[in-house]
Amino acid sequence: MNDILHTLPQVLIDGLALGAIYAVVALGYTMVYGILELINFAHGEIFMTGAFVGTAVLLAAQGTGLAASLPPWLFYLLIMLIAMMFTGALGVGIERVAYRPLRKAPKLISLIAAFGVSFVLQDVVRFIAELRTGNYIVSSSSLYGERMSLPASSISSLFGDATVKTNTLIILGAALLLMVALDRFVNRSKWGVAMRAVAQDRETASLMSINVNKVIVLTFFIGSALGGATGVLFAQQYGTIDPYIGFILGMKAFTAAVLGGIGNIRGAMFGGFVIGILEMFASSNLGTLTGGSFGAEYKDVFAFSILIIVLIFKPEGLFGRAVKEKV
Amino acid sequence: MEINSTRERLAGSKSLQAGLLAAFVVVTSGAVYLMDKSVLAFLLLLGSLLLLYYTGFSNGIKWASAGILLLLVIPFAASGGSSHEAYMEVAAQCGIYVAMALGLNIVVGFAGLLDMGFVAFFAVGAYTYGIFATAQANNFIPGSLFPLPGGSFWIFILLGGFMAGIFGILLGLPVLRVKGDYLAIVTLGFGEIIRIIFNNMEKPINITNGAMGLSSIQPPDLFGFKFTFPHQFYFIVIGILAVVIFAVRRLEHSRLGRSWKAVRENEIAAQSMGIPLIRTKLTAFAIGASFSGMMGVVFAAKQTFIDPTSFTLVESTTILVMVVLGGMGSVPGVILGASLVTILNLQVLTELTSALNALSNNGYIGIPTALSPSKMQRLIFGLILILFAIFRPNGLIRARNRKVSLESVAGSGVYPAPAGRAAIRK
Repeated sequence: MNDILHTLPQVLIDGLALGAIYAVVALGYTMVYGILELINFAHGEIFMTGAFVGTAVLLAAQGTGLAASLPPWLFYLLIMLIAMMFTGALGVGIERVAYRPLRKAPKLISLIAAFGVSFVLQDVVRFIAELRTGNYIVSSSSLYGERMSLPASSISSLFGDATVKTNTLIILGAALLLMVALDRFVNRSKWGVAMRAVAQDRETASLMSINVNKVIVLTFFIGSALGGATGVLFAQQYGTIDPYIGFILGMKAFTAAVLGGIGNIRGAMFGGFVIGILEMFASSNLGTLTGGSFGAEYKDVFAFSILIIVLIFKPEGLFGRAVKEKV
Repeated sequence: MEINSTRERLAGSKSLQAGLLAAFVVVTSGAVYLMDKSVLAFLLLLGSLLLLYYTGFSNGIKWASAGILLLLVIPFAASGGSSHEAYMEVAAQCGIYVAMALGLNIVVGFAGLLDMGFVAFFAVGAYTYGIFATAQANNFIPGSLFPLPGGSFWIFILLGGFMAGIFGILLGLPVLRVKGDYLAIVTLGFGEIIRIIFNNMEKPINITNGAMGLSSIQPPDLFGFKFTFPHQFYFIVIGILAVVIFAVRRLEHSRLGRSWKAVRENEIAAQSMGIPLIRTKLTAFAIGASFSGMMGVVFAAKQTFIDPTSFTLVESTTILVMVVLGGMGSVPGVILGASLVTILNLQVLTELTSALNALSNNGYIGIPTALSPSKMQRLIFGLILILFAIFRPNGLIRARNRKVSLESVAGSGVYPAPAGRAAIRK
């Protein structure tokens, strides 16, 4: 018990950082699902592509000495913007090529296409990474890697001190900023109204002179750009990326979206933080709690069990509304 | 014009078809027998089965000739050269994948439930045999009873299928109640989770031996005859495959099979016609999983070694690609798709890779290793999934529903003319 309390501050900090990443990725799932009722399997891979694009820009700029001439915050911002533009465009392209022709097809077919897209993306990124660097696992330096100590032990002697990377704070700040901006956009702006209208009823929306295709494209752009931005944050936080990080992470982010109620933007944010903190808690304490029989390697199983439990007891999620299927 | 008239003559005359097919089989099997290692000839020989499918003979003759081809001609032709075992390995692997793809076809093709972690059930079957046919089970069952003798393999085929079916039901129970899209992601997760669990179950009790895997699994044993080589396993695989194909064809047109298709087309309509939704979906899940589990047992016995790396997401996707490529819901299509993908995986890609390697070693062209074809599975499978979903959702051989003419129904007495209560039957 004391061990758990002792590590709690560190677990909370790491959990918040991870949760922020899940939350922003979950937004992409939830937005697309809200509008098209399609699980965009490729979203995890879009996140991964964002991480690779960001790292590529970082490495290229460090190679040419451009990085040294810019202040680091501006450089960070620049990398994120480039990655966001790239993944946003990628998301739009995927929608145009793979999803739009199937909009009227049975759900099964579009899910299969989505799954195919995610496989293609994994391999294309692997090609490029392996061609350029000789290895598909790519490491990069962190721009804000310095650590500071958070003296949690001064609050109560039960807690141990935690260390915080500056990048953790950047993740939290950026994630909050992105989420608030998105929430404002969807709830206040004219395009946001159009988006919600299309999500509610595509045909009626089109009768109200809303350009449905444009709204869907915009949704894909925003969702994918958010995913790409998170990819950059992730690469900066953890340093090492490979083309297969998007798969499990995407699944957990999807769990977060389901937990919060799929289609519900605020729910997805909440779900992301819950999953992130629970997962960190599990990965550092499962061994202690079960007397060493189950260790941190079960943390993915843990996230998955949350998904199953939510689906059994509250399939509409914490903040979602139960939808009755109509004939 | 010329082609059309030839085609008509060919379609009209069965003796011509038989003659051409026989000539084709003789030439290709001769080539396989005489040449040392010719992938092309072997592929063409397997292709004769496809030709057979398109001939105009009655089903009985087709099945009989397929049996002769599979049991006599192909094993004999392959036995000619030094690459006998290599050929039979491919053929056995093909059979294993065909059975699994047929299992997935029940879930995806007939019942319309997208299962993306199908390899999990294959793993359950493989580990069911693997654990008890090695000394591994001694770790949690007292008394040195294990490894079980190879004779138990035959019971384990059923047990493996049964265990996989149980897992199918356990996974399906929570998920099948919610909307279909969740099923895809949950099965996707399950496929990955089961690998993680098998990878870590060496503590607290060592059940699966973790990442080390299980080695020296007992070979099957039939009255003292031990099966150790691929050309011997080939016959086991063909035997099970025959049972699986028979079962699938019977199921497809049974009451259950028709319920699956009804659920696939429209759940609500099917439910209002009195089809129990959950039970119908669960049986699809369980039966599909059990085919996979049976072949898992064979796989474990054939490899004599299993570890969690054989059961990855790529494997699940491979099986899904087979079904989508061949045609969801179409039994001949899925058999074709499974054979094509297996051969692509085991033969074409590896041959291409070694050819390219030879070229770049000789300095003709510089192909970076990143682009070697055997690593491109994900790209190829992804493209197949996307392209077939968009342009050919029915696959190579589209599924056809059996047509029943009105007269035969009225005459058969199964559904008597509506006359009072007698017409209402269960």
